[in-house]
Amino acid sequence: MTAIAGFSDLVTRNLRQSGIFVAFVAIVALFAALNPNFLSPGNLTNIVLQYSYILILAIGMILIIVAGQIDLSVGSVVALTGAVSAVLVIKNGMPWYVGVLAAIVVGLLVGAWQGFWVAFVGIPGFIVTLAGMLLFRGLTYRVLDNVSLSPFGGTYYDIANGFQNGLLGGYGVDTFTLVIFGIAVVGYAVAQWRSRKGRIAYQQVVESMPLFVLKIVAVAAVVMWFGYQLASSRGLPNILILLAILIIVYTLVTQKSVFGRHVYAVGGNLHAAELSGVKVKKINFWIFVNMGFLAAVAGIVYSSRMNGAQPGAGNMFELDAIAACFIGGASTTGGVGRVGGAMIGGLIMAVMSNGMQLMGVPQSIQQVVKGLVLLLAVAFDIWNKRRAAALR
Amino acid sequence: MSTILEMRSITKEFPGVKALQDVTLTVEKGEIHAICGENGAGKSTLMKVLSGVYPHGTYGGQILLDGEEVRFGSINDSEARGVVIIHQELALVPYLSVAENIFLGNEVRGAGRLIDWNKANHEAARLLERVGLRENPTTPVGQLGVGKQQLIEIAKALSKEVRLLILDEPTAALNDNDSEHLLELLRQLKAEGITSIIISHKLNEIAEIADSTTIIRDGRTIESIDMKDPSSTQDRIIRGMVGRDLEHRYPERTPDIGDVVLSVEHWTVHHPTQPERVVIDDASFDVRAGEVVGIAGLMGAGRTELAMSIFGRTYGRNISGRIVKDGKEITIRTVADAIRHGIAYATEDRKRYGLNLIEDVRRNISLAALDKLARRGWVNANEELKVADEYRASLNIKTPTVMSVVGKLSGGNQQKVVLSKWLYTDPDVLILDEPTRGIDVGAKYEIYTIINRMVAAGKAVIVISSELPELLGICDRVYTLAFGRITGQLPVAEATQERLMELMTLERDAAVPAGATAPTGDVGPDDVAAESSARLRNTTKELS
Repeated sequence: MTAIAGFSDLVTRNLRQSGIFVAFVAIVALFAALNPNFLSPGNLTNIVLQYSYILILAIGMILIIVAGQIDLSVGSVVALTGAVSAVLVIKNGMPWYVGVLAAIVVGLLVGAWQGFWVAFVGIPGFIVTLAGMLLFRGLTYRVLDNVSLSPFGGTYYDIANGFQNGLLGGYGVDTFTLVIFGIAVVGYAVAQWRSRKGRIAYQQVVESMPLFVLKIVAVAAVVMWFGYQLASSRGLPNILILLAILIIVYTLVTQKSVFGRHVYAVGGNLHAAELSGVKVKKINFWIFVNMGFLAAVAGIVYSSRMNGAQPGAGNMFELDAIAACFIGGASTTGGVGRVGGAMIGGLIMAVMSNGMQLMGVPQSIQQVVKGLVLLLAVAFDIWNKRRAAALR
Repeated sequence: MSTILEMRSITKEFPGVKALQDVTLTVEKGEIHAICGENGAGKSTLMKVLSGVYPHGTYGGQILLDGEEVRFGSINDSEARGVVIIHQELALVPYLSVAENIFLGNEVRGAGRLIDWNKANHEAARLLERVGLRENPTTPVGQLGVGKQQLIEIAKALSKEVRLLILDEPTAALNDNDSEHLLELLRQLKAEGITSIIISHKLNEIAEIADSTTIIRDGRTIESIDMKDPSSTQDRIIRGMVGRDLEHRYPERTPDIGDVVLSVEHWTVHHPTQPERVVIDDASFDVRAGEVVGIAGLMGAGRTELAMSIFGRTYGRNISGRIVKDGKEITIRTVADAIRHGIAYATEDRKRYGLNLIEDVRRNISLAALDKLARRGWVNANEELKVADEYRASLNIKTPTVMSVVGKLSGGNQQKVVLSKWLYTDPDVLILDEPTRGIDVGAKYEIYTIINRMVAAGKAVIVISSELPELLGICDRVYTLAFGRITGQLPVAEATQERLMELMTLERDAAVPAGATAPTGDVGPDDVAAESSARLRNTTKELS
């Protein structure tokens, strides 16, 4: 009794997920129509580079938000980790990897500190990280002695600014980039096929075969087109590789691991999770440690991209990361949200910033538009929930 | 007398449950009208329909006030017509003063639309006098006892110029003195011409105060009786409330009882925030393989506290006592320990403590035993789906697929999901706290069948319930719990509702009836039963 769902059926059922995707496509189409340069290879590369650290932060933030918490300190932690790294590498002439390792250790310590107060003392994450926001910003100023440090140069600089190009040659179009994208597309198709077979075996609803093929072909076309654009520009950005690895790993962690399941259970109903044997304190502790780790990664990427460390770095990053999660369909009360959604949410913000910059929209209007998008996204989410409640 | 209220053929449905079917209620002007019924019979639902909590359009039927049809869209609409409901859970804000609470949402305005506090406090003092409460209107409500808070609720209703006052179990949480005072107040209000509807389980109270009584059972009106009629005895009300044929409400089972699986000895638990308060006092009980043991107790007796303190110390502090499982003493510090030792606890409040309502059936079932589905921390999603589907089939969970969100299922099906979750942990002892609360008769039968299957598979089941017929119908042995102490145990063959009620209301210093507390439960003397029924007539009787 395998049910086959038609197109409209799927759209209505997955409005929460697909709605945001449709919005993303519409925004991209809008800017592409308004500005011919928007979809140029150089600009697409820029979008990825410009917003990569927000996406990295959003990955950690989605776990925090799903668990029903919030982290306001990530901007300050980005600054602190970048500053520690800069002091070691630029001021003291240590090798690049010492800076990277030190930043990650600092990030983990920060996460453990905040996790301790949230999980074991029982202070809400909002308060702990509000304190952390001030605390780590202040420490950044101390570490940097109130002055900016630059430049990193060398390998450290390449982390966020380097490209994989010309490894397999090519004629103006980088073969290596295309091969990597090709592998990704094939991997995606195989994963989708296996999941479809699994669902059929367990008598679940699947989309009809033509629709399934259409979906794969459409995704493959978009991805390969994007890959081609990158390949004909500067090649594959290092940062995109890092981002892809993080997204895949954290999608698996959230969807397939016991830890990830427990995070959703805690956010969905804390008491029920506790009475089902979930170690709530442990979960709360580790999601903050994880956030500290990812904030450090974002700190490394950001300082590398800026080729230095500034006392005021990362200001307001927490709000962009939180907004990305909520635009991407996370629930403000916890229990709902996906890494993929947060990434689309982050990309919507990235695309809008970049598109408006290209069009020369003043900074002030950009802020207004971003604010409205966040508001409308959450309003849509609430409306959608009411509709779902009315349907039952 | 003329009719103030008429409710005609009221029907109200929730997803999967018919809460009210064709209910009729007629209340005369100036009377005190009681509504009786078991838990879940639909009394509170009916009152919520009347007061506009469930707005017009969400129910079927007609409401006539003073002979004129009314369609309340909200509580404000009903209050504007002088219909005021006081809910079972009091709706007072503890940090606000008496006066602030009385006029909350109905503030006394002076010039310039600002609140005139002098006038408000003065008005409040006048209302407090009317309800016979001598308190300063500026005292925060949280500092007053429940009895006084109840009076403040009534003062609040009076401030709204109430004509029809609805009280949902007003004396359930009150001691005898406060109850008496409240009933006296109701008589006084009646003399002032205010009509009251009172929902109560306390039959002697109803006999004392009500002019007429309507009995509701399983969402239907059974009968309305005039209390002045000499045939309107408590027995008649009880018959109307219980009504159903006990024989066919519970599935048959032939007990096959083995060795003691779990025994709890000298279990003492203190209140989590008031450490000097003893919530469970030296309780000892045991349960055998293949046996269903009941724990009967009134609200506040410590039933849930007892279960949760055993289940990974999720309630209480300074817990002492021994837990012996299969002859060996075990230590349970966390829920994970309890699950590992083969103990499962299904909570009485499945929505708040039992289920993740925004998650699907499958993941709710797997949550407590996710490790069984995982290798090195990674969940086998296909296996999970298979397991969930097996439970869906074997427990007959009515859901489109196991990927459906649990919050959309009916109460009975949600309860089956909870049971599936705990069955999948493969427990030896299942503690079921109010397993059939808020679910309809058909689903109840299914839950009983599942319990029977569990014990047939050699598991030990402990059922905590306030529904005595249920305990008598499914248990092999029943312990009674009163004021945190185990006051007796009876084999089901010797237990009656009256005997259990007697033990459930046994106060700390009261004389223990001979034989009733003997560990083997060999209650013999007939005088116990005689005494029980004598007490039944005199003392407060709660049927639920």
